[in-house]
Amino acid sequence: MISTNNLKYSYEDGKQFSFPDINLKSDEHLIILGSSGIGKTTLLHLMSGLLKPNEGTITIANTEISSLTQGDIDKFRGEHLGIIFQQYQFIKSLSVKDNLILRQSYPKRFHDKKRLMDLAERLGLTEHLNKKTTALSQGQQQRLSIALGLIHKPKVVFADEPTSNLDDTNCDKVIELLKEEAEISGSNLIIITHDQRVKSHFKNQVVL
Amino acid sequence: MSIVYLAYKNLVSKPLNLALSLLLLMLSVSLVTFVFQLRDQLDNQLDRNIAPFDMVVGAKGSPLQLILSSVLHIDAPTGNIKLSDVKLLQKHPFVKAAIPVSYGDNYNGYRILGTKKEYLQRYNVGLSEGKLFEKPFEAVIGYKAARLLGLSIGDTFVGNHGLVASQGHSHDDKPYIVTGILEQSGTVVDQLIVTSLESVWDAHDHGDEHDHDEDHHHEHANEDKEITSLLVKFKSPLGMVQLPRYINENTNAQAALPGFEIQKLMNLLGSGVKTINGIAIAILLVSAFSIFISLLKTIRERRKELALLRTYGLGTPKILLSVLLEGVFISIIGFILGWILGRIGIWFVSEYMQGTNGYYLELLSPDKFELMFFGIIFVITLVATLLASVSIFKLNVAKTLSDA
Repeated sequence: MISTNNLKYSYEDGKQFSFPDINLKSDEHLIILGSSGIGKTTLLHLMSGLLKPNEGTITIANTEISSLTQGDIDKFRGEHLGIIFQQYQFIKSLSVKDNLILRQSYPKRFHDKKRLMDLAERLGLTEHLNKKTTALSQGQQQRLSIALGLIHKPKVVFADEPTSNLDDTNCDKVIELLKEEAEISGSNLIIITHDQRVKSHFKNQVVL
Repeated sequence: MSIVYLAYKNLVSKPLNLALSLLLLMLSVSLVTFVFQLRDQLDNQLDRNIAPFDMVVGAKGSPLQLILSSVLHIDAPTGNIKLSDVKLLQKHPFVKAAIPVSYGDNYNGYRILGTKKEYLQRYNVGLSEGKLFEKPFEAVIGYKAARLLGLSIGDTFVGNHGLVASQGHSHDDKPYIVTGILEQSGTVVDQLIVTSLESVWDAHDHGDEHDHDEDHHHEHANEDKEITSLLVKFKSPLGMVQLPRYINENTNAQAALPGFEIQKLMNLLGSGVKTINGIAIAILLVSAFSIFISLLKTIRERRKELALLRTYGLGTPKILLSVLLEGVFISIIGFILGWILGRIGIWFVSEYMQGTNGYYLELLSPDKFELMFFGIIFVITLVATLLASVSIFKLNVAKTLSDA
């Protein structure tokens, strides 16, 4: 499903990263572990096409995204990839529901009302759908963030440090929730974290 | 979800910014459309009203006042002249028409004008019903005057001395009878009550004259009678060159040229129009600048959201479009609101004019100039928006999203 080959990236300030190859089959999840500053977020940005590698290739679902044009990467990412950000990102002028609809709307319009309501129901967001995102509690914002990463049934969903601010109980809950939702959506889950507590939940691990 | 909806939501999420941009644009649009409408309509009305006459002969005084009073029926007359003094003009070879007018009374504020039937022909006004005045104290009523006074054929009314309503004594013993209603002409005739010269003279005779039979009485008396002014149309352009000077130098009367006097008046008005336009353009530039600043600010504040949209699959062109749409909304809504405000201004001025001198302005649909003006505003706001959006092209999604 996703494979990287000999990936290298260097920033303008001279910081250089090279990453071990990753090969993930279509029904597998993966955890990428590493301490701060080692290039975890850079790897996530490379795999989601937000950055272009200096060397090496990334192939997702038989598409070599490292060779696509900017516009095509935007489209591919919109359709096939989901990202759950470490800092929750929402469109503040829209309601919770409109944020979810927006995520379903591009690049192709595949607004699926039933999917939206089911997902909101499972994540306990149903009664908050008409609120502004700023009116949500931390926990609700995290669940909305998960919903936004998965609502369009992506092939791969990336989660960046999903457990960094959580206690042990909630950490387990969120990881289970992520796995469960990824499986319902038919998506491969790739978690990028420094949090050792998450390790035990995944067979496939890459350590940077 | 469409880009339009997203743009709309973003726009209304900052109501104060939106209000400021709209307010400035509205102010500028309303000023420009108001001033142009006012000038155009006044220009047209004045042109229509003075067109039938090239020269006005009346008592000495301000020539502008003579035109305003005798042709446009706004001001008070400069005084009277003897009919015999201008007799010569009525048969002069350069003169096509010389129509005496005499007035001094009103009915509920509408002037009663004593003149000849030819006066109505010069304005090309026909009857919408009834017949013209034949005998003294028969009168025809202008279209608007009839409507607003509620007069119809066969009604009688008495004139009041003076030119303003509820002033002076009424001529109770000399009631007028309505014989006809005039058709609408868009000229000053619409707001006049037109009767024969004899009616006006008789109304002021107070019955202390000899009791000859009517017709005979006038044949003799006319020579000494006074009129307010004589309205002249020339047959030949030579008249324009020779007659005004001749009258001013050789008679007690003065000759005034409506075209010339009104031109002077419009030039005065023109400098006022220029000043207001200057102010309006300054406000328009401030308004464009405010749109630019407020969009620049929101784009900076929303950098993360714009980056997020990129991860949602919206390409740069779509994101740019969503910001441009915000500018487009402001320009369209601002223009419409400003246009409406301008028309409300016209309506207020019209009501005021109606109350003071019977003139009124029309509420017209957008004209060519206003559509062109909208085009200009649209382009200006679009440029302001584009300048504010430059950073969207350079948006570094990865960096923006990972910055805390």
